[in-house]
Amino acid sequence: MPDIFGIPPQALFGQLLLGLINGAFYALLSLGLAVIFGLLNIINFTHGAQYMMGAFVAWMLLNWLGVGYWWALLIVPVTVGLTGILIERTMLHRLYKLDHLYGLLLTFGIALIIQGVFRNQFGSSGLPYGIPAQLRGGTDLGFMFMPNYRGWVVVVSLVVCLATWFVIEKTKLGSYLRAATENPALVQSFGINVPRMITLTYGFGVGLAAFTGVLAAPIYQVSPLMGADLIIIVFAVVVIGGMGSIMGSILTGFGLGIIEGLTKVFYPEASSTVIFVIMVIVLLIKPAGLFGRAR
Amino acid sequence: MSGEPAQASNETGMPRHQRLILGALVAALIVLPYILYPVFLMKVLCFALFACAFNLLIGYVGLLSFGHALFFGWAAYVSAHSAKVWGWPPEFAILGGAATAFVLGIAVGALAIRRQGIYFAMITLALAQMAFFFALQAPFTGGEDGIQAVPRRPLFGFIDISNDTTFYYVVLTVFLAGFALIYRIVHSPFGQVLKAIRENEPRTISLGYRVNHYKLLAFVLSASLAGLAGSTKVFVTQLASLTDVQWQMSGEVVLMTLVGGLGTMFGPVVGAFFVITMQTYLATMGEWVLVIQGVIFVIVVLSFRRGIVGEIAAWWKSRNGA
Repeated sequence: MPDIFGIPPQALFGQLLLGLINGAFYALLSLGLAVIFGLLNIINFTHGAQYMMGAFVAWMLLNWLGVGYWWALLIVPVTVGLTGILIERTMLHRLYKLDHLYGLLLTFGIALIIQGVFRNQFGSSGLPYGIPAQLRGGTDLGFMFMPNYRGWVVVVSLVVCLATWFVIEKTKLGSYLRAATENPALVQSFGINVPRMITLTYGFGVGLAAFTGVLAAPIYQVSPLMGADLIIIVFAVVVIGGMGSIMGSILTGFGLGIIEGLTKVFYPEASSTVIFVIMVIVLLIKPAGLFGRAR
Repeated sequence: MSGEPAQASNETGMPRHQRLILGALVAALIVLPYILYPVFLMKVLCFALFACAFNLLIGYVGLLSFGHALFFGWAAYVSAHSAKVWGWPPEFAILGGAATAFVLGIAVGALAIRRQGIYFAMITLALAQMAFFFALQAPFTGGEDGIQAVPRRPLFGFIDISNDTTFYYVVLTVFLAGFALIYRIVHSPFGQVLKAIRENEPRTISLGYRVNHYKLLAFVLSASLAGLAGSTKVFVTQLASLTDVQWQMSGEVVLMTLVGGLGTMFGPVVGAFFVITMQTYLATMGEWVLVIQGVIFVIVVLSFRRGIVGEIAAWWKSRNGA
């Protein structure tokens, strides 16, 4: 097969696929951030640490209890989500009447604690997590060789993103959620238990981050700082997309992942900064973000 | 967000109790190098200036910058490089570092003030991370090693700053000058407008103030002073490294200011002393220092939001008011 712009197609499509996977992670994480921010008015700085916890709990399940990947996909979001609910009930709920900034500072502190504890326990070097037997190997697509696990991650992320979008935008439960985002007092006066909804929403957002962590475990090494740098990139993604629209978060996440992947092929030096550069450009042209409402 | 009119009376003269505290503080700072290790004290002073600069934004304009390590760290790199490689004398190296922070402050500030509140914090954090990656890749920063063994040449050609005690008084002068400038800014008519923006931005706009000009100027001042702190620190530790530009450093300056008391004059100084002392004495505990910092964050935000100085001031007020 001929080269495309002087790049062998296998390298190009391989990086595109990896970009798509990173984009899926950006989409899943920024989706969780947006849902939490909508209802709690808190930017969850702990999100990166909770993504890391997801990967670690999966690792612990496998190495300590012999519980494999498929069960981990189910168990991990629930357990890590429960720790999120504990955090919300004991700490976050005291901050709702205060300035947003305190929520950011509190969750930053919690992230430091979680990351520090894991670093003391497991060191900073990564731990390997094997690909489940059913998804080993790859498929020849004609134009490229695709590792099965990577294809699976893209598909399952898309499904989860779209399911979240469907629940929030198209179901009755979602309409309560959207209404409570606009005016919690009014929704509460209709007899809906808003505080419980807030707690469960936080648990759901955290569970989504943990789920992403399980998906990431076989691709990246499981390490205590895997979420620390990622969360800053996701913040940039959120600034670019704006947090007003669920579909906006999904599209921005995937789009930026692909752009980052292409940058790795054509100008690798800029691959770690390209998303920040795009953020600068968006701030100059459309300060409210691509899908954001000015407020 | 209170609707009360701002008290503008007698803001120019320093209140008597503040004058007393400042006098005691300066006296203590002059004597301290004979009691405590001067290098430790110089570090405290540099970080105190850094925290005061940060506090100018969060405490008086209500803007949370989560990327102040950018100005501190890049000023440190420029200062270290110009002193070591180009052989600049320390006074020019320090000013060069601060000037770098000034320019970066204009660029970052102009971008960040385009969004409010929580987005402002995320934008500054993201831009600082971008600057961190530049520092990681640029050849002159020395990558993981940083710029080591920065020489302490004589200041102005005749002050021998290789002597720690002598250099301590130089750093003290820099700190006091910076502190005085911040005091002047906060208590000027300009500072009154900043506080108005903090309390109620839409109202300040409707009063006819160009809020963005005020925010940008405050941001640039804060960035420049953070740069002054960073470039002075280079001559204290004789090192500029990735630690100075990392997000952890941005978090540390937030912690210092928060512990000492947001929006208080002396709070950041107390907070810097507290955090640097903790790091120095707990250095053997390695990673646990981060955990302890996290715990302090949580405790302060949940039940101690006024910080050390803020709590004391509130106690003093209630005692005298009752």
